[in-house]
Amino acid sequence: MFMTQKSSLVSIAHLAKSDLTYLLEMGKEFEKHPNRKILDGRIVATLFFEPSTRTRLSFETAANRLGAKVIGFSDPKVSSSTKGETLKDTIMMVANYSDTIVMRHHLEGAALRASEVSPVPIVNAGDGSHQHPSQTLLDLYSIQQTQGSLENLNIFLVGDLKYGRTVHSLIMAMRHFNPTFHFIAPKSLEMPAEYKYFCQKYGIRFTETEEFNEDIISKADILYMTRVQKERFTDLMEYERVKDTYILQRRMLCKAKDNMKILHPLPRVNEISQDIDDDPHAYYFQQAKNGLYMREAILCHVQGITLNDIKSDKTILDI
Amino acid sequence: MKKELQVAALDNGTVIDHIPNNKLFEVVRILHLEKCPESSIIVGFNLDSKKMGHKSLIKVRNHFFTDAELNQLSIVSPNFTLCIIKNYEVVEKKTIELPEVVKNIVKCPNPKCITNNEPMPTLFTTSDQSKGILQCHYCEKEINVEDVKFT
Repeated sequence: MFMTQKSSLVSIAHLAKSDLTYLLEMGKEFEKHPNRKILDGRIVATLFFEPSTRTRLSFETAANRLGAKVIGFSDPKVSSSTKGETLKDTIMMVANYSDTIVMRHHLEGAALRASEVSPVPIVNAGDGSHQHPSQTLLDLYSIQQTQGSLENLNIFLVGDLKYGRTVHSLIMAMRHFNPTFHFIAPKSLEMPAEYKYFCQKYGIRFTETEEFNEDIISKADILYMTRVQKERFTDLMEYERVKDTYILQRRMLCKAKDNMKILHPLPRVNEISQDIDDDPHAYYFQQAKNGLYMREAILCHVQGITLNDIKSDKTILDI
Repeated sequence: MKKELQVAALDNGTVIDHIPNNKLFEVVRILHLEKCPESSIIVGFNLDSKKMGHKSLIKVRNHFFTDAELNQLSIVSPNFTLCIIKNYEVVEKKTIELPEVVKNIVKCPNPKCITNNEPMPTLFTTSDQSKGILQCHYCEKEINVEDVKFT
């Protein structure tokens, strides 16, 4: 059973609707009371074989706010993998010292491999361009908190839809909630065929366009921005042609619905104009904060701590 | 005129016929024929074939593979002829289909897949039987069975 055993969190794709809503419900409890001692005495290892400062800080903050101690490395150069140690050996060694391993790795499928050999739960904090389930969960949490529900929403995905791992995972997770997606991207960074096929397979409605303007935005409940990166283009002429097309300017929000919120996985470079930050539609910094609550939920869930345990928790700290 | 067999007849066992010459050793490897010490095995290479011009053939005496074992051969080619022989007679002709799970036979085409960077077996599942699509268990990249490279 998903809810009570110690288990790894490797991929969002295989989580059922009930699993997702359960974890989101857990996240709400942590938003009410983020500071607790519920993981007191436990050790969380954060193994970042590839640097990712904000994800690591978010997980380590979540562990610290729940009373766990944190060990690990943030620079792969100091790990034994540079000496040729296999992932399996590193995981087996660290599992001797810790109760949960949070890992980020540049190779795809690394977290699944680790979960197969590890005696302690593995939390995937990103494996190459493959999966990043904690990001997807915080995206779902942000959508639910701002819209009151995950059901029947118009979600606009903008920018790099070809390489953007977060938008791919979001499509997979939202398949349970009857969304309508709108893919807005330059031709060379359009949504890959496999994800359009995924939408067709699960009966998810979607549209595609290269246009990005106030009329398009006026229909959105969620505007999910991503960065169009120069290094993704094989044709630099194409980059020069489209680079300013997918920058969100304040004037483009003039027809936006009141409930519309702008999300972004961060870091932002210039794809959202700075003057939008104080606009009520901007939600990306709160979205990042929601990551703390969802990662607290994940760290508890993989330790076999249930929603009921969290609701009846006596270790809450009033800070 | 009496037809002369190029390879001796089999009394009991399995015949895998119409193997493309360049796939012979893949078949030997996939079926782990080196682990059938109780069986005598006849291997014919570069034999004349009306259907193929030249072909290879394997006869395994007193050994009958499971369907799951034989299905692994569909990764190499879907067009083998598989015959079960009892008392010199063909008692069953088998057809093969892509197996649900393919373990440590196919190499993942994704250079960033963990299986290409860690000493570990590969694992694929069949995601679309009719189109011959395999999916890597680890990185989830898909590959057509016609394009596979072997481990």
